[in-house]
Amino acid sequence: MLGYVIRRILIMIPTLLAISVITFVIIQLPPGDYLTTLVTEMQSRGESLDQGRLAMLRETYGLDRPMYEQYLVWVTGMLRGDFGYSFEYNMPVADVVGDRLLLTAILSGSTIVFIWAVSFPIGIYSATHQYSLGDYTLTFLGFLGLATPNFLLALVLLYFANVWFGTSIGGLMDPHYLGQPWSWGKAMSVLEHLWIPVMVIGTSGTAAMIRRLRANLLDELHKPYVVTARAKGLPPAKALVKYPLRVALNPFISDIGNLLPQIVSGAAVVSVVMSLPTTGPMLLQALRSQDMYLAGSFLMFLAILTVVGVFLSDLALAALDPRIRLGGGASR
Amino acid sequence: MTRTLLRVEDLKVDFHVPGGVVHAVRGVSFRIRPGSTVALVGESGSGKSVAAQSILRILPRSAEITGGRILFDDGSGAVDIAGLKADGKTMRDLRGGRISIIFQEPMTSLSPLHTIGDQVGEAVRLHQRVTANQARALAEDMLRRVRFPDPKRALDTYPFELSGGLRQRAMIAMALVCRPALLIADEPTTALDVTIQAQILKLIKDLQADFGMAVLLITHDLGVVANVAEEVVVMHRGRVMEAGTREDIFGDPRHPYLKALLRAVPRFHMAPGERLVPIRSITSEGGSLLEKDHQPWPPGAASAGPLLAVEGVSKRYGARKAGWFGAKASAGTLAVDDVSFTIAQGECVGLVGESGCGKTTLSKILMRALTPDAGAVRFNDHGQILDVLGLQGEELTRFRRKVQFVFQDPFGSLNPRMTVFDIIAEPLVIHRIGDEAERAERVKELMGLVGLDARHVRRYPHSFSGGQRQRIGIARALALRPELLLLDEPVSALDVSIQAQVLNLLKDLKERLGLTYLFVSHNLAVVDYMADRILVMCRGRIVETAPREALFRNPVHPYTRALLDAVPDPDPSCPLALTDLEEGHASDPARWPAPFTIDADHEPHLVDLGGGHCVRADASVRVREMA
Repeated sequence: MLGYVIRRILIMIPTLLAISVITFVIIQLPPGDYLTTLVTEMQSRGESLDQGRLAMLRETYGLDRPMYEQYLVWVTGMLRGDFGYSFEYNMPVADVVGDRLLLTAILSGSTIVFIWAVSFPIGIYSATHQYSLGDYTLTFLGFLGLATPNFLLALVLLYFANVWFGTSIGGLMDPHYLGQPWSWGKAMSVLEHLWIPVMVIGTSGTAAMIRRLRANLLDELHKPYVVTARAKGLPPAKALVKYPLRVALNPFISDIGNLLPQIVSGAAVVSVVMSLPTTGPMLLQALRSQDMYLAGSFLMFLAILTVVGVFLSDLALAALDPRIRLGGGASR
Repeated sequence: MTRTLLRVEDLKVDFHVPGGVVHAVRGVSFRIRPGSTVALVGESGSGKSVAAQSILRILPRSAEITGGRILFDDGSGAVDIAGLKADGKTMRDLRGGRISIIFQEPMTSLSPLHTIGDQVGEAVRLHQRVTANQARALAEDMLRRVRFPDPKRALDTYPFELSGGLRQRAMIAMALVCRPALLIADEPTTALDVTIQAQILKLIKDLQADFGMAVLLITHDLGVVANVAEEVVVMHRGRVMEAGTREDIFGDPRHPYLKALLRAVPRFHMAPGERLVPIRSITSEGGSLLEKDHQPWPPGAASAGPLLAVEGVSKRYGARKAGWFGAKASAGTLAVDDVSFTIAQGECVGLVGESGCGKTTLSKILMRALTPDAGAVRFNDHGQILDVLGLQGEELTRFRRKVQFVFQDPFGSLNPRMTVFDIIAEPLVIHRIGDEAERAERVKELMGLVGLDARHVRRYPHSFSGGQRQRIGIARALALRPELLLLDEPVSALDVSIQAQVLNLLKDLKERLGLTYLFVSHNLAVVDYMADRILVMCRGRIVETAPREALFRNPVHPYTRALLDAVPDPDPSCPLALTDLEEGHASDPARWPAPFTIDADHEPHLVDLGGGHCVRADASVRVREMA
């Protein structure tokens, strides 16, 4: 087992290197660089930038050097913990992202908890009461959740939250806490604002998870070992939790790896609509303006989340399922 | 002796299915005395399993007991199980505590994620006030009683680490750990090899005597019934057809259904030329197109060699070993070890062995689905010898028309999304034979040939029964008019009544179309009925080969003898020699007595005993004297 873990960690290194190359190349693919974007932007406002200054900027940022050199500078910097310099914000990337990452983590964490807490009871109910009125109702609501565009739901919820509870529109906290150090009041304000984006971002995930749990569990419920458990005299609820539910969990655990990055990046549109101070909108803007170090760091962050997430879910699977843990040496 | 342990009176069970109600059990009555063995016999769909599940109240949700009583009297007054709440406390206490069940499929009946100790111990803790440690000790004791080789270690193993026989033992341990008064055994040995079956039957019998419990045995295998049951209840379509003691049932069957059932089972010592009589016979008709396709061998073709010659074929499956990047092959297991044999044109060769002996691997090598590590396979195509393993591209495609395969599982081997027409016509399409109209004509003929109604070609496989599906599989294999048909356990997934039907069909088709068969099976009685010559395989090696009569009259190899001894005969007057069966030693080459021993020091080869009878034994010893 230890050998397996070490091997997996070592395999991550070439994987991440390959991802970094691809990321960098893709960011560089569109013609021009950040400075050309800047020039066009200034020209559209009727301003201009003299050629000498442009050349100087190009040199300081290393944009005149060949691509592989720029790549090497970026990668070696990252290894030292230096993520480069954001052109747009005129700050080191780490400083730009810092605070937003925390809020993103809070939002994503809450969303995952929300998805699991809501979808599990509903999924189990739906599977054990297949084709009942409750099952049909919940299925209908689930499809509704899948089909409703997130931003629309966001606007609707924002409106009602403002009308009914007086919550301020947009953001993750009341405006006067912005830029303030963390305090009890600020934390409460975040909690007050948090539930709307959590629900909005979590709805489709919840609906999808309900469908999958229901399908997985239905497959397992009719397996002979469930009958065996009943034949032993096990009460129905206990028999359900101990046997089929446990087996039906596997797909969820293997999904954790995908869930993490999906929630970080997938919430971008909602974050823009609700002007949430999370990383999503920033990534979008960085990609549009070719702010390459900021964008690159973001994408690498997502890649690391994916790779680490998949690794963790594999370990969790092995811990939970003896067939995976012990069956590796078996041959067919 | 007056007390009745279980009395089922006029039990009726209905299933609510989309489109109506199915009466699965329509008024069944029988009784079980304490300590006795009652067998419930019938085909699949006869309602025997439903009746058993009603006793435990573990019926599927769509089923409902609509009438009758199930009186269970454990010495403290009778309880009507049919009137209890299915998941109520009283019923739960009976279930697993006083009445237990073991199922057919030992793999899927145990949870894959929990250890044996956990699952057996759970049964104890549900019904007795014991601590976890006591439960573990009781489980260990029970595992010892079902003769686990290392009970202490077995507690912490998972089901997938055990062989089929051991899994069924674990299942029995789980059922018996609370010392029930009644054990329901629902086809307990159907999924097992004959030798393992004999061991499990003996184990159940021994434990029954130890614990003084009654057994309700549900089976379709009359051979098993004849060996273990005291009383027999024959069910058909939800009703009891005939009931009585074993001697009455086998000695003097009254009901036509029972008589028919007895005639449908292949037995040893059948008269030469005697045919099985299927319960529902089918008529095979047509076949002129296929007969026209058949090109007889030109004179002199037979002198080039037998139809199929296999020489020194070996196949090793590499065990996956984790390397730094992916898997590396390691020593692995030798699935087929230096196998040589021939099949003459028009012959039916039977290949017998337990599961895992390499017989399926071998048949897949013959049809080029697997590539062996060593050896040669030669095919005589009308006097022209083909090196089967060397065929490439166009030649290989042409060879595929000569050899076809019929699979064991009639459910998994037909694509559920293709109509029967598409399934049967697919080989013709692949090999670009005929146009649309001719293919339709051929499919129609093939349907008639296997006794199916040609009007049903537009249906999908799911609307056919297991036997019908197997016949569709046979029709597909015949579509290309092959010379050699590889039949991999073609009837082992079928009921006895259907089995006779398919066996007779295969016999007739071979006669009419001049086919050659390699018939792979673990059932010696079936092979006895079909084959001209028999190869016995064990652990990848052929240990004995002989013409059919010679093998059954005079088996020489200890493994062949063990196999023959383990087959239960549907005749109470020749019971299984259960005591002779050593625990799983029969299939361990290192434990065979000299001169048959195969281990590091002994590597015996096939020795000819004359008359085509060969046995793998040390040549230095005069095996001939043993024959």
